[in-house]
Amino acid sequence: MSLNGWLQILLFIALVLLLAKPMGSYMTRVFERRRTWPDGVFGPVERLLYRVTGIDAEHEMRWTEYAVAMLAFSTATLGLTYAVERLQGLLPLNVQHLPGVAPDVALNTAISFTTNTNWQSYVPESTMSYLTQMLGLATHNFWSAAVGLALAIAFVRGIARRESSTLGNFWVDLTRGTLWVLLPMSFVFAIALVSQGVVQNFRPYDKATLVEPQTVTGADGKGTTVTTQVIAQGPVASQEAIKMLGTNGGGFFNANSAHPFENPTPLTNFLQLLSIFILPAGLTVTLGQMVGSPKHGRAVLAAMTILFAIGVTTCYWAESQPNPLMHNVAQQRTEQQSGGNMEGKEVRFGVANSALFATVTTDASCGAVNAMHDSFTPLGGMVPLVNILLGEIVFGGVGAGLYGMLVFVVIAVFIAGLMVGRTPEYLGKKIESYDVQMSMLYLLIFPLVILGFAAVTVMMPTTGLSVLANKGPHGLTEILYAYASATGNNGSAFAGSNWNTHWYNYSIGIAMFVGRFLMIVPMLAIAGNLARKKIVPASAGTFPVTTPLFTVLLVAVIVIVGALTFFPAISLGPVLEHLLLHAGHAY
Amino acid sequence: MSTTRELKGRRSLFDGAIVRRASVDALRKLAPQLMMKNPVMFVVEVGSVLTSVLLVRNTVLHTGHFRFDLQITLWLWFTVLFANFAEAMAEGRGKAQADALRLAKSETTAYRMNKAGNMEEVPSSQLRAGDLIRAVAGQMIPGDGEIVEGVASVDESAITGESAPVIREAGGDRSAVTGGTRVLSDAITVRITSNPGETFLDRMIALVEGAERQKTPNEIALNILLAGLTIIFLLAVVTLQPFAMYSGAPQTIFVLISLLVCLIPTTIGGLLSAIGIAGMDRLVQHNVLATSGRAVEAAGDVNTLLLDKTGTITIGNRQASEFIAAPGVSGEQLADAAQLSSLADETPEGRSIVVLAKEQFGLRGRELSKLNAEFIPFSATTRMSGIEVDRRSIRKGAVDAIARYLEEHGTKLPSEVRDAVEGVARSGGTPLVVAENGRALGVIHLKDIVKGGMKERFDQLRAMGIRTVMITGDNPLTAAAIAREAGVDDFLAEAKPKDKMDLIKREQAEGKLVAMTGDGTNDAPALAQADVGVAMNSGTQAAKEAGNMVDLDSNPTKLIEIVAIGKQLLMTRGALTTFSISNDIAKYFAILPAMFAGVFPVLNALNIMHLHNAESAVLSAIIFNALVIVALIPLALRGVAYRPMSAAALLQRNLVVYGLGGVLVPFVGIKLIDMIITAVGLA
Repeated sequence: MSLNGWLQILLFIALVLLLAKPMGSYMTRVFERRRTWPDGVFGPVERLLYRVTGIDAEHEMRWTEYAVAMLAFSTATLGLTYAVERLQGLLPLNVQHLPGVAPDVALNTAISFTTNTNWQSYVPESTMSYLTQMLGLATHNFWSAAVGLALAIAFVRGIARRESSTLGNFWVDLTRGTLWVLLPMSFVFAIALVSQGVVQNFRPYDKATLVEPQTVTGADGKGTTVTTQVIAQGPVASQEAIKMLGTNGGGFFNANSAHPFENPTPLTNFLQLLSIFILPAGLTVTLGQMVGSPKHGRAVLAAMTILFAIGVTTCYWAESQPNPLMHNVAQQRTEQQSGGNMEGKEVRFGVANSALFATVTTDASCGAVNAMHDSFTPLGGMVPLVNILLGEIVFGGVGAGLYGMLVFVVIAVFIAGLMVGRTPEYLGKKIESYDVQMSMLYLLIFPLVILGFAAVTVMMPTTGLSVLANKGPHGLTEILYAYASATGNNGSAFAGSNWNTHWYNYSIGIAMFVGRFLMIVPMLAIAGNLARKKIVPASAGTFPVTTPLFTVLLVAVIVIVGALTFFPAISLGPVLEHLLLHAGHAY
Repeated sequence: MSTTRELKGRRSLFDGAIVRRASVDALRKLAPQLMMKNPVMFVVEVGSVLTSVLLVRNTVLHTGHFRFDLQITLWLWFTVLFANFAEAMAEGRGKAQADALRLAKSETTAYRMNKAGNMEEVPSSQLRAGDLIRAVAGQMIPGDGEIVEGVASVDESAITGESAPVIREAGGDRSAVTGGTRVLSDAITVRITSNPGETFLDRMIALVEGAERQKTPNEIALNILLAGLTIIFLLAVVTLQPFAMYSGAPQTIFVLISLLVCLIPTTIGGLLSAIGIAGMDRLVQHNVLATSGRAVEAAGDVNTLLLDKTGTITIGNRQASEFIAAPGVSGEQLADAAQLSSLADETPEGRSIVVLAKEQFGLRGRELSKLNAEFIPFSATTRMSGIEVDRRSIRKGAVDAIARYLEEHGTKLPSEVRDAVEGVARSGGTPLVVAENGRALGVIHLKDIVKGGMKERFDQLRAMGIRTVMITGDNPLTAAAIAREAGVDDFLAEAKPKDKMDLIKREQAEGKLVAMTGDGTNDAPALAQADVGVAMNSGTQAAKEAGNMVDLDSNPTKLIEIVAIGKQLLMTRGALTTFSISNDIAKYFAILPAMFAGVFPVLNALNIMHLHNAESAVLSAIIFNALVIVALIPLALRGVAYRPMSAAALLQRNLVVYGLGGVLVPFVGIKLIDMIITAVGLA
């Protein structure tokens, strides 16, 4: 670990915290339909959209109607993406003349981008045409993030409203989130990326002659000499911006943010990190403002910051450690080398920025990577896995992070709230059996899908295990990570295995779908139920949700619930791998 | 509490008879259809059955580790039994009280008036609502009812535990009588108001016995949380076996079930119903009967307490505290006249004037009979009382009444006296003006005496976030002064029953929960509207029906205790839930290394407690898990220590004790058990 590394991490978190307030206040205004400065530009567009689609912007939806609208929208756009993928061979902007995408990959990808997961079992530059990337995938980067924003706002309204049966209008929230928040920010961010060298074109792929020809050995054992390299091109910057801002994470290229055309400089790297956290951090401020308790928003933000700090410290520390199996090799940090574990990391980012990126991308449900998580040390790689297993609520995905966190708040308030001698209250709303029931359902679906699929997979030697590049605890971690990443809608992978098989494409597809939509339904049910309740006025007897003590409680509940659920599996994965590594065994 | 008379005397927590009965009940409760009501413990029972069957199979086939498997199986059964025992203990205390009450319920003979107007003898069990019965001195009142004729002193000790007889009379707010109580003097005619099996005594027996016990809303919510956690842990353990097999370290069913039982919240799951029953029981020990557990929970949630001034905040009577003489009149003159006029006045106010005159001016009480005086009693028309003696004509009364009396004599009330009257009223007192032979002598200051310690209690309530509102018929000026002195947050002056009702509705519209006490029939609608309505046992049948609690001591201040009991009930649940979940961390550190260190010795790094071996580790965890239920039975029955403080302070304290404590205690406990079972050679 170096001072320079720590300063970058501290600068990053300081900027996130600093930007949260203006970002959050802006979003409050947007979603409460108050005046904002871009009204002159987007107002007419918004009104036109409503007129064309026949949407009554004043119509208020109950939680069920909100859920149905959201599901209908997501299913329709999922169908659109599937169709574009399958038909891309017949459609324009296919400069490499790529054929239609195979059904299982196409379905997996359609679900993946609809659910804000962006799990990619394919190699984008050799699978997807430019049109598919833009019309099929980048659109979902906007929509799925806007859906997440809308859902989070609906949940916050549920807490804030008093004796109301409705949560707002899904179409209005979706439209305003896209027009006022995601589009303008992506536009500016994309231009910034282009200025740093991120490509934005429709050119066919370049072919370069290698300075030094390479001999590679194929699967059949025959050596071939390679003299040229294909350099993929495309409309990258426009997709890259929303990939980060919308916590989507699906790379234009297979190497994702480690690719120099996606993430060329330390500055773009820093901006990408910032853009992952800015909306989720801002949403905590929006929460505080909309429920009328800015302090509560800050308490939630503080809990997120603590969990982030624990994660990034562990990851940075673990990655800075020398590899115990490499004897007689100087591994300490010097002027000449970063020290620590540089396997699978880009030299231009180094250990600190790779560890930071891995933590941030899994705290949020982004899933973009600038280093290979698979190559991390066992404990360093455990951090992204644990971040996902906790539910990606540390800042979290756009919207999804906040509502996931709020479900934990409901559980924390219920468990500890009784200890103040009152029926537990969350900001004046009594937490009753229905709320607990739905929260538990939400908490239950997550491990059910992850552990269920992982357990089934390890029981199938051919279908499940044969694709693994690594055996032993590392292989278990890879499988756990895959299903956690899918169910948590993260999309990053513990690469090193070939996930592009029927079993993984379909099972991961199901995991992504369930992890997104089946968890949204109970979440909205809680919101709908909370909105109906009276608000008990605050007094000295009210359970405090604004104090440092509450922050500590929230962190403890998240860690304990997460740890208790996944500790057995983790102990046979990264923990065991770490201990074995230090005993001299590698996998 | 000194004012509390327990229903049947306080029993020690582990009374021999109760423990014996509970031990038998614990076995009876193993019936699956009873266990199913408690999902957490049901899972443990299913696990116990499974390991028992496997134990038999392994013994027959000569496989497995008999000694270890047997111990695990036994401790699993113990876990279930301990939980059942806790519930049976809580019920047992109620049953003992119910038995005592049943003695009062013995069949008696009733003298029923038939249609012809004649008395006939019938067994009390044949009485129906609407029947008229007659009870004379020495007889048992055969059923609940309302006195329609007569006055009697009644011994209600069977119900209240209070041996002093009470007066019950037709009309007014003291007309209700309870079956099973005894008429001590006089005779009364009673209209029976309840059918057999529905009497107050029947309800009371059912309540303390827990026969009608239904889960309260909060208990249901907690049960859902516990069931949810159980499913999550079931998932974690079921999927662990494939992962273990993948890793080349498959586990036996005994170990897996041990892990599952250690993880699921058995501590709170096993004690949850005991906590609820014990909460009701604590209320009964305070001589309060609640119609449902829901009411007890609501008491913990109360935001606003409506307290009647008289009897609750102030002692029932006003007392003279000062003589304020008119110009040209000495204090002694005024005191003398006041004393004379009050000699025949047997009201507490009258007596306090005599006492004050003696204290301040050494005026002795004179014998009324020797004075040859004519006493003028208070009447509603003149609103004065007084005395005619030795050509002295003394009157005392409210200011407007005396002013009118003076006008009749052609004099006027001096402005100084008027000022004094206003001063007294403003300070919260009641002014009485004294006049002699058409001349105003001055003012007696009658003062409401606020009960000792009330201010402190209201401060405590405020710290707990509970607002107190004083209800009084006094004018706003007086009410404000008393409210200030007593330290209540707010008051409702010149209150009529409708005002009380409106106040409750207003508070409830703001989302608040309101508690109140009442005894009269005109209180009934408000008692029904309030979230916690405590009727006084001395009150009317209508009031008792309308409220959801009855205070057998008829002590309105009890409301404050009731709130504390409700809070304690909720706190005990929360504390044990937190404790139970926190416990799991240590159990993981005991069992997981034990499961896998055999194949992967490096995992011994997780054995931070340095437990002896794999078997002793699993056993220690499961034994700790079972014993902690027993260890916490007293806490579940007594409730956690409760002191009034703000929610933030309570949370901090309880999080440290039960959260942090819950994390640390099992590390110590499991290590100790490991050392013991290793020492005695069990593992």
